[in-house]
Amino acid sequence: MSTVRDWAAPNPITENRSGLIGKPVDRYEGRLKVTGTAPYAFEVETPSAPLYGHIVSATIARGRIAGIDLSQAASAPGVVLVWSHLNVPVQAQRGAKLNPRSQRGSNPALGSDRVEHYGQSVAFILADTPENARAAEARIRITYEASDADLDFGSFIDSAGPVPGEEDARIGDFEAGYSASAVTVDATWFSPLQNHAQMEPCATTAWWEGDKVVVHTSIQMVKGGQHALAETLGIPSDRVRLLTRYIGGGFGGKGQSYDDLTLAALAARESGRPVRVAYTRRQMFQATVHRPAVQMRVRLGADGTGRLNAMALEAVTHCARNSTFVEHAAEFARNLYAAPHRLTGHRLVRLDIPHAGAMRAPGEAPGMLSLECAMDELADRLGMDPIALRIRNEPEVDPDNAKPFSIRQLVRCMQEGAQQFGWDRRNPTPGAVRDGRWYVGMGMATAIRGNFLLPAKAGLRLTGDGLATLTQGMTDIGTGTYTILAQITGETLGLPLDQVRVELGDSDMPPAPGSGGQFGAATAGSAAFETGMVMRRRLAELATSDPRSPLYGEDPLLMDFANGNIVLGNRSESLATLASRAGPEGVYVEGSISPAADARDWSQHTYGAQFAEVGVDSVTGEVRLRRMFGVFAAGRILNAKLAKSQITGGMIWGVGAALTESNAVDPRYGSFLHQDLGGYLAPVHADIVNLDAVLLDEADDKANPMGIKGVGELGICGSGAAIANAVYNACGVRLRDYPLTPDKVLAALEAKGL
Amino acid sequence: MKPFAFERARNVDHALSLAAAAPGARFLAGGTNLLDLMKLEIEQPETLIDVGRLPLADISETAGGGLRIGALATNTVVASDPRVRSRYPVLARAILSGASVQLRNKASMGGNLMQRTRCAYFMDPAKPCNKRLPGSGCSAMGGLSQATALFGASEFCVAVSASDMSVALAVLDAEVETVRADGSVRRRPVETLHRLPGDAPQVDTDLAPDELILAVELPPPPSGGQVWRKVRARASYIGALASIAVAGDRVALGAVAARPWRARAAEAALAEGAAPREAAEAELVSASGEDGRKTLVRRLATDAIQESRKGSRS
Repeated sequence: MSTVRDWAAPNPITENRSGLIGKPVDRYEGRLKVTGTAPYAFEVETPSAPLYGHIVSATIARGRIAGIDLSQAASAPGVVLVWSHLNVPVQAQRGAKLNPRSQRGSNPALGSDRVEHYGQSVAFILADTPENARAAEARIRITYEASDADLDFGSFIDSAGPVPGEEDARIGDFEAGYSASAVTVDATWFSPLQNHAQMEPCATTAWWEGDKVVVHTSIQMVKGGQHALAETLGIPSDRVRLLTRYIGGGFGGKGQSYDDLTLAALAARESGRPVRVAYTRRQMFQATVHRPAVQMRVRLGADGTGRLNAMALEAVTHCARNSTFVEHAAEFARNLYAAPHRLTGHRLVRLDIPHAGAMRAPGEAPGMLSLECAMDELADRLGMDPIALRIRNEPEVDPDNAKPFSIRQLVRCMQEGAQQFGWDRRNPTPGAVRDGRWYVGMGMATAIRGNFLLPAKAGLRLTGDGLATLTQGMTDIGTGTYTILAQITGETLGLPLDQVRVELGDSDMPPAPGSGGQFGAATAGSAAFETGMVMRRRLAELATSDPRSPLYGEDPLLMDFANGNIVLGNRSESLATLASRAGPEGVYVEGSISPAADARDWSQHTYGAQFAEVGVDSVTGEVRLRRMFGVFAAGRILNAKLAKSQITGGMIWGVGAALTESNAVDPRYGSFLHQDLGGYLAPVHADIVNLDAVLLDEADDKANPMGIKGVGELGICGSGAAIANAVYNACGVRLRDYPLTPDKVLAALEAKGL
Repeated sequence: MKPFAFERARNVDHALSLAAAAPGARFLAGGTNLLDLMKLEIEQPETLIDVGRLPLADISETAGGGLRIGALATNTVVASDPRVRSRYPVLARAILSGASVQLRNKASMGGNLMQRTRCAYFMDPAKPCNKRLPGSGCSAMGGLSQATALFGASEFCVAVSASDMSVALAVLDAEVETVRADGSVRRRPVETLHRLPGDAPQVDTDLAPDELILAVELPPPPSGGQVWRKVRARASYIGALASIAVAGDRVALGAVAARPWRARAAEAALAEGAAPREAAEAELVSASGEDGRKTLVRRLATDAIQESRKGSRS
């Protein structure tokens, strides 16, 4: 096992001689996507004409199916088969694992007569067209026996219980420290239930080739989906080939498979035809996971100079009755600011609603909406600048575990951000700046998000035409994975980008953990880099051991790679020639990356500072973002354009969290109020008029051999808090119930007599 | 989407005879609302009569100094017409705030008037809704949606109109010209084209099944400033929490009733010399519903009336 010391030596990526690393190249698959020709899972070519499945969803929150009549639907035009729990083919019990090494257990559909949440699948229709499949739904008669359901988070918050297997993190004596503090803040924030609202719904196309099933599906984790389906069907995983080449948004919501995958595979087996199944927009809201609502109480105690003495963040959240998911909204606070007395922890309420699950920056996204506003309140109370307050509490070592930081440029992010944003023009007195009928204000917040490296592999083939093809069971969920892997491979082998191909999203390829937790680029990228290095060594050996090569007899360790050639001094040979000589298949190698043995000896995060200027309509309470700017530190940047897109996309996600995004459970039905993109309000272009971000020059040599870190979730962190703080600065109203919609702002303005 | 018959009308008479022959048929123009609702199976017409190619898209001056806008003039064309922009800026602004440019390019004058409510419970076929399924009940009452009517609601329905454009038309005293299969041509104010829900909320307008909108006629604009405001949580692509059109001494409110709501009580108060806020409060005397929404309408109306008096045309 390697140690981080092994990563410190210069390598082709850190030397970046051909300049591919960091270059803002266009997306590898961009042309396919903007011309509508990238085949998504529902659109892939099938070996013969496909059938179409439609899933029927439960319309009660909890209970059982007392009766279900499928006969009318079965005889509807074009219908091939109709299933309920009574006649669906046998599947393994939920969670079962035939193979103990499977990454996911069985995920059966229509498994029983029990209804555990509104929107759960209760029947399935297979027909010749999607229209006929959906039209037949009206002919299914279902009678339910409803049971009492716990639906309203708010009414169970006080009875929230501890999280199994988790204890509060306590350092020092919070209560004593807090009560001894000269200046305190004690306030509670609420972040509502949110939906991923991906553009591409969950969808699968499936067909069988003998006893092996081929599934194209929209999922973030190739192995997870492959294993879940194999376990559900009770077959070895090598009889499931899962492909997921293009994904129209995941955001954590596609970290698992859903019933479209299970039912498509079953129906293809039963019908002997390829089958396509997609969730409806409504089912995307109602039958996939969501980010749970979180209530967060923050208590801060400081001395008169702003030095924190005590800090607590206690979060209450919810998950489905039979689930263990926790939105860890308090965790980030352990690593952010110094304070001798600390308390963080989580409590959980179990509800009869769909499953809570991971959504972009789980934990930090709602969590920072509380602490970063509490810091603003503390600064206000102390009469201090919010940046000065944060710098005063900048820790020397990680305040949670006393580990040294791998690198921490949070202060620099704040200072450079302040300068570029024009923070010195902020009037600290709330409500002091007007522009016509608009109150105008500025706010800031910090960002912190962990960085991770997981084990991964990759394959690399060099062929006689001089092309290098990287293959990896990795996903690109719209983040740019194809592109950065091409850049890494090109730079490592000294090949121009047009000689590099990348093939992803196939369970037959060397496995990578997929996209999530902003670990994708560092993990898959490091595996690609290591595989490129394996290829360099193999090519050097091939050249130096072959009398036909001009490099014959030289020391393979001295070889260099540039411009498509292997080079030593003024002698060189093209990689194409080397590959041709190796045989018709060229040269194929595999490589892998694993976390360093001592990786956890350092505290390792990505950081940033967010700045926002908002207008608040003094008449209506509408909040509009006027401009937003952030400075971030996230290791070496592989592609300046894609990294910035990830960061600014994250910031915009935070704009939604602060101002518009929210869903509510209707306590009469157990369903969500909003089940489409017209009602669930993510920001649109008109909301984002002037938003920009800068990434600092950085390399984290404790992160991985390339010194890169994830950027996929960092931009969200603190973004919404900066906006809420700007709202306060604009009009003097502290709102702690997100999102800050006009009705809430207006009520607060009225209450203040404004 | 349920299977349906599709007919393309060759001319207005053909459209009307097709409609008379096919009960339950719907006219299709831009389709920006109807097709969405058909995909959700909220609308399930057995026949669609495509009137989109009929020659009803002209905008012309009227003898009385007004403007006649054909039913098939697109929202984009109307909002960018120099005559509309200079004489009826409140209409241009209402249309521009009503939808994205892609929708405005497709949406027509007549179709915009015929769009249905966006009430979240109307849009969800699994929920009771008297407008969608008469007699099933109203789940918006006691529900989570904030966008419920302040004026003219009934015990059967609290849905509000989704059309921004119609609010501006109502304040401009615009009239809708229609024709029926028997050849009868009729005019009525835009303000009363839409019914209040009463005990039949499933019927949105007082148009007969075989009645086709031909044009909207605008009288000359009233003297005085024109103001349009639309309040919403995000800057685009969403219906109003409340909207207001002011033209001279006339006031119309949007997203507060099943029809564009001419604020007659406010107008009367203004005519008697009331201050803008008093006028707004006079209108709200008859409002029912949540206090927060009333507060919003009071503040919005007060400010918009004040602004119109500054001679502003924003």
